[in-house]
Amino acid sequence: MSRQFTPKVVTANDLLEGDVIYLTADDRWTRAHHEAELIEDEAHAQLRLLFAAAQSDRVVGACLADARPGPNGPEPVHFREVFRARGPSNYPHGKQEVAHV
Amino acid sequence: MYDYDAFDRAFLAERNAQFRQQVERRLDGSLTEEEFRPLRLMNGLYLQLHAYMLRVCIPYGTLNPQQMRQFAHIADTWDKGYGHFTTRQNIQFNWPKLKDVPDILDSLGEVGMHAIQTSGNTIRNTTADHFAGAAADEIEDPRPVAELIRQWSTDHPEFQFLPRKFKIAITGSPNDRAVTRAHDIGLRMVRRGAEAGFEVLVGGGLGRTPMLGVVIRDFLPKRDLLPYLEAIVSTYNVMGRRDNKYKARIKITVFENGIDRFREAVEARFVETRREFSGVDQQILKGIEAQFAPPAFRDAPTDAFDAALAADPAFRAWAGTSLAGHRAPGHAIVTVSLKAHGATPGDATSAQMRLLADLAERYGHNELRISHEQNVILPHVHKSDLPAIHAALAGAGLATANVGLISDIIACPGMDYCALATARSIPVAQAIATHFQAIGLEQEIGALKIKISGCINACGHHHVGHIGILGLDRAGVENYQITLGGDHTETAAIGERAGPGFAYDQVVPAIERLLRAYLANRKAPTETFIDAFRRLGPAPFKAALYPAEARDAA
Repeated sequence: MSRQFTPKVVTANDLLEGDVIYLTADDRWTRAHHEAELIEDEAHAQLRLLFAAAQSDRVVGACLADARPGPNGPEPVHFREVFRARGPSNYPHGKQEVAHV
Repeated sequence: MYDYDAFDRAFLAERNAQFRQQVERRLDGSLTEEEFRPLRLMNGLYLQLHAYMLRVCIPYGTLNPQQMRQFAHIADTWDKGYGHFTTRQNIQFNWPKLKDVPDILDSLGEVGMHAIQTSGNTIRNTTADHFAGAAADEIEDPRPVAELIRQWSTDHPEFQFLPRKFKIAITGSPNDRAVTRAHDIGLRMVRRGAEAGFEVLVGGGLGRTPMLGVVIRDFLPKRDLLPYLEAIVSTYNVMGRRDNKYKARIKITVFENGIDRFREAVEARFVETRREFSGVDQQILKGIEAQFAPPAFRDAPTDAFDAALAADPAFRAWAGTSLAGHRAPGHAIVTVSLKAHGATPGDATSAQMRLLADLAERYGHNELRISHEQNVILPHVHKSDLPAIHAALAGAGLATANVGLISDIIACPGMDYCALATARSIPVAQAIATHFQAIGLEQEIGALKIKISGCINACGHHHVGHIGILGLDRAGVENYQITLGGDHTETAAIGERAGPGFAYDQVVPAIERLLRAYLANRKAPTETFIDAFRRLGPAPFKAALYPAEARDAA
C-alpha cells in the first residue's frame, strides 16, 4: 500500500523582493500562507509545481511544502515553514510589517 | 589602512558593471535562476529565508569611518536601517531587493569595498586578530600581509573553482584572537632570531567534521608566504575531493592523506611556485606596509581616566570589561559590545554605525575593527578620552559592560534568516542574555564564552565555545545540543557533546543548572568556568545538565 499523501502548498521566493510566496488556486502568487491552494492529490501537486517552476521570470526555488487545513485556510506544518510564513523572530520585519501586508 | 589604487578601482568598477548587466538579464528573463545563481553568489548575493542577503567583505575586519558611514547609508537607503556583523568579520544586509543590489555595490565601490568572494568555492576574506596593530602582545601587525593575501587571492584565476570554500586567518600575536586553528590555513607570526616569519597551520575547520589545524611548516620566512600559500592551495585544488561536498574541505584532504604526504606534495609544488614569484609581491608588500604605518600616538596624562574610574561605577564596570592593553603608553583598545541584553548579537543600527564612525574620527585615529566575536573595536584610544567615549556610547545603547561575559554570545543568524539553518540561534542568545541579567549572576559567573550555531555548519563557532549550543531539527522540532570545554584561543580545543539535546524552551534552564554547578564547584571566584571544567572534567557538569539520569544511575 502506498504511503498516504500529505497535503501540500506550492511555495517559492519572489524574484524581485525575495519574499516568501505561495501559489493560489486561481493561479496568483500570494504572500499569505492561508491564501494558498491546499493540494490534497499527489498528481495535482506535481502539475501545480510544474506550473510554478515554469514562471522563472517571477519566482525562485518553487517547491512543495507540507500543510494542513485550518479555520482560515492552509497552515504550515514544519517549524521552518512557520517561520517562512511569519518572518524573523527578532524584529517585526518582513511579513510582520504592517505596511507590507 | 590600505587605500584602493587606480587598478583596484578600475577592477571593481568593471565587476560591478558586469553584475549590473547580469541582474538586468535575470530580470528581463534572459538568464534563468540556474544561470544567474553562480553569478550572484560570486558577488556575495544570497537568497535566504525571507529575502536576499548581501554579504559585504570587511578585509581582515579593518574599516575606516567613511566606510562605516557608507554601511549606515546603505542600511537606510536600501535595507531596514541596520546591518549584521558576522563571525567572519563581514557585514550582512538582510533585506536588499534584487534590483537595488547593483546600486549598493556601486555605493560600496565609492569607499573601496565590495562583496566579491564572500561566497562560492574561492578564497574568502582573510580574517585577522581584531587587535592587530594595537595589541601590547603583538610581534608585528599582520594586516599588511593580510592585504597582500587579499590582492593575491581576489580573482585569482586558478582558485575560482576550488573543491570547496577556503578560509585563511592570521595573527601577529602569540595570544590567538583569530581562531587560527579552526581555519583551512592558519598563519601565526613568529620570530627565528631576528627574522620574522610564520608558523603555518593547515586543515583546521569547524562544520560537521570539526578539526584543529596541524603545523605544516613551523617556520616560513615572510618573503616565502605567497609562493607557499599558492603551493598549499594548488595542491589542495588537485588533491581535494570533488565527489562529495562534505568531504571536500582541505581538512579532509589532510586527514585522508596524512599531514606528511600532504606536506610532501606542497613542498614539491613550492619548489615550482617559489621560482615563479619574481619578488614583485615583496615590492607590493613594502608599499602596503607603508600604508599601515602606526598613527602618531600622543603622550598625555591619563588623569581624566583615573578620576572617572574612581568616581563613576558605571564607567568602572564598562572599563573593566571593555578595555585591552595597548602597545602605546597611555592608550587602550576599546571593544564596543554589540550584545546589549536582549539585542541580536552583531547587529548595529545605522545611527550606531554613524556614532562609531564619529568616535573613530574624533578619538581613534580613523580606525575601526570588527571582531569575529561580533563586536566593534576602537583600536587606538588615549585613556584620557575614554570618559567621553563611554558617555557617547551610553547615549546610543552601546555601553553594555559585558564583553567576555555570559551575554557576549556569538550567534549565527540561524533560522530567523538563514536558508541552511536547522533551528533558531538569535532568540536563544537573547533569552540567555536577559535571563542571567535578570537573576543577577552575570558578574558572578565571570569570563565565559557561549557560542551558538543554528546548524551543523557551525558559523556560530559552537565547537570552540566554552559552552557550545547547536540547534538541530529533531523530527520536526527544534532541538539543541550542548557541547562543553571548547576553546577558541592558542590552546584551541573542540568541545565535547554533553548528552541528549534540549527542547527550545529547556535551553536556558539547562544552562542555568550547568552554571550553578560551576559556581558550586569552583575553587575560588578567580577560577573561570573553563578552568573549572578542565580541572573537574565533564562529570559534575553533565550531572547538572541531566539530573534525572544522574539519579537513575545512582
